[in-house]
Amino acid sequence: MTTTNSVLRPRRSPLLTGVMVLYLLYTLVPLAWLLISATKTQPDLLSTSGLEFGSTFALFDNIGGTFTHDHGIFLRWLGNTLLYVVVGAGGATVLATAAGYGLAKYRFRGRRAVFAVLLGAIAIPGTALAVPTFLMFSNLGLTNTPWAIIIPSLVSPFGLYLVWTYATEAVPDELLEAARIDGAGEIRIFLTVTLRLLLPGVVTVALFAVVSTWNNYFLPLIMLSEPDWYPLTVGLNQWSAQATGAGAQPIYHLVITGSVITIIPLVIAFLLLQRFWQSGLTAGSVKQ
Amino acid sequence: MSPTRRSRQVAVILAATLATALSACSTGDGGTAPAGATGTQDAVDAALKAGGEITYWSWTPSAKAQVDAFQQEFPNVKVNYVNAGTGTDHYTKLQNAIKAGSGGPDVAQVEYQALPQFALTGSLVDLGQYGFNGFEKDYTASTWNAVKVGGALYGLPQDSGPMALFYNKQVFDQHGIAVPKTWAEYVAAAEKLHAADPTKFITSDTGDAGFATSMMWQAGAKPFTTDGKNVKIDLQGDGVKKWTSTWDQLVQKKLVSSIPGWTDAWYKALGDGTIATLVTGAWMPGVLESSVKDGAGKWAVAPMPTYDGGKPVTAENGGSTQSVLKQSANPALAAAFVRWLNNGNGIKPFLESGGFPATKADLDSPAFKDKPSPYFGGQQINQVLTASAGQVVPGWSYLPYQLYANTIFRDTVGKAYDNAAALDPALADWQKALADYGNQQGFTVNGG
Repeated sequence: MTTTNSVLRPRRSPLLTGVMVLYLLYTLVPLAWLLISATKTQPDLLSTSGLEFGSTFALFDNIGGTFTHDHGIFLRWLGNTLLYVVVGAGGATVLATAAGYGLAKYRFRGRRAVFAVLLGAIAIPGTALAVPTFLMFSNLGLTNTPWAIIIPSLVSPFGLYLVWTYATEAVPDELLEAARIDGAGEIRIFLTVTLRLLLPGVVTVALFAVVSTWNNYFLPLIMLSEPDWYPLTVGLNQWSAQATGAGAQPIYHLVITGSVITIIPLVIAFLLLQRFWQSGLTAGSVKQ
Repeated sequence: MSPTRRSRQVAVILAATLATALSACSTGDGGTAPAGATGTQDAVDAALKAGGEITYWSWTPSAKAQVDAFQQEFPNVKVNYVNAGTGTDHYTKLQNAIKAGSGGPDVAQVEYQALPQFALTGSLVDLGQYGFNGFEKDYTASTWNAVKVGGALYGLPQDSGPMALFYNKQVFDQHGIAVPKTWAEYVAAAEKLHAADPTKFITSDTGDAGFATSMMWQAGAKPFTTDGKNVKIDLQGDGVKKWTSTWDQLVQKKLVSSIPGWTDAWYKALGDGTIATLVTGAWMPGVLESSVKDGAGKWAVAPMPTYDGGKPVTAENGGSTQSVLKQSANPALAAAFVRWLNNGNGIKPFLESGGFPATKADLDSPAFKDKPSPYFGGQQINQVLTASAGQVVPGWSYLPYQLYANTIFRDTVGKAYDNAAALDPALADWQKALADYGNQQGFTVNGG
């Protein structure tokens, strides 16, 4: 018997490899379609098949067109999305980290109640709350302002739950006690000791929050009627909807190029933070 | 997110907000305006002179140019133009703003099919109080009928969509197919074309509520009648059956393409001959010219086929008006803007953007009617289209919750299209769903 079938060097399975290749194609073909389509002019888009290049290579024209169409509103949408992501997802990460750590490491009355509310909050889809949230914000006079997007984005029950479980595992009580004995205050312990230990979990939460805020569609669709405050998702949908009905003016080439530009920052974020993402996902999977 | 899922979510939202809007209307007494208010235009003229600021929501391609022209003419009025979304998105936001009591525009674009929903929930201003009923003679009968709900006037018509047969002449000539004058000939043409070239279809239809209701309209059906809170739905009558008995043949023999409308694939199919005809509104030439460049020189226009080949009868498809919202702080100024848009200098930029008007004077002007269209190989298409405007079957009305009805059309009748099954049972399902919904919303629906 050879030693190829060990835990460290598992046997290769042609079947599993085949399944993985299929899955890879399944994932990459739409992306390839998107990238190829972004190089086509609007007429080419309609007259050539999806996975072949058109007669002219118009990627740079399309990028220029995307940024200048309708007085450069795309740039404004990009800025809005960045604002919502930095303030909304950033705030959600800070709040989830602080609250998750607090709930994991401090004993106080009402902890269980918080836990129950939290689980309930995770179970309710955001879409179901869209209309009540809209009416509430409308009474406060906040609809059609960036606050209508930022405030709901600040709360991430799932992120809180993730930090909570992560902190329970990753931050030893002994370490906190040692720090306290050395005379460190609670804030200082949080900032200098805990935060470092929590980093993989925090990055995971940040990624989740960034992705969900970046892709947030339904809430801004309901809340905003002024295109100047749209994020990219709602803006691109508005461009896409121009192709419908009387007076239709399809600009699919700009919608597609805009979509490519929209996903680039997310792809970069994933590639850079991949290792945190992976270690965060497996947090707590092995009992030490 | 897939479009189906999104439209379903939007449908839920629409349903939820409409429910509250209607219940508010039934418990309050100020829900509906006194039907058929009358007055003079003095208040409107005074408001225009005084100036002010209004907000206008629209997604029409000419809106921006119209607002610019208006502000040039009246520098003391500031119009905030907002494109709040196209179609359903726009209505969702409008409905939400109405529900919230603020945040809506002063003037909103509303399609004819959506008007009863907003009018009957008491959200719109009866323009009769500003003496606008006097404009009746300026508009085609069918568009004027579309802006009158329950005797009150809720807008001035902007565009119209009298229907015609748009066909790909190149494909027809290639296969020796004559232009159909009756629906029987149309079905025969569909069979001949698909037999000669299986990649080609007479048209595409995956179950479009707007098209289906227009076809019922032409067949003489009046499936939706509303009187106050009483709604009658009859999708099993002779008129509807006249249409389904024709369209069943196309659907069941799979002679219509399943390419969904308004998608990139659809635009492509219009250019390369895959879809050989479109029976649709008079606004279609503008769409073909700007978006189906490959079709230049191939397309032609003929009158809409009829059932008996006799007197020409048509229907309207699409079209919209501008309405003044009750929550407007300056309704007289908003009404002045509507008057300028659709009964004044606003019509010119609208025509320049390729719009098809609702005003008789513009439809009858030789400059409009006899203008040859280079895209259509020099054909004077407006002669066919303006003739159609005068042949619309009178007396049609939409449901007071037509937007919701249209969103569930695919869930019920769409299945018949998908399975190449008979349309009548599917329409019965639609009727049942509409009756149930209407009763839940506080209407008394006859025809469940």
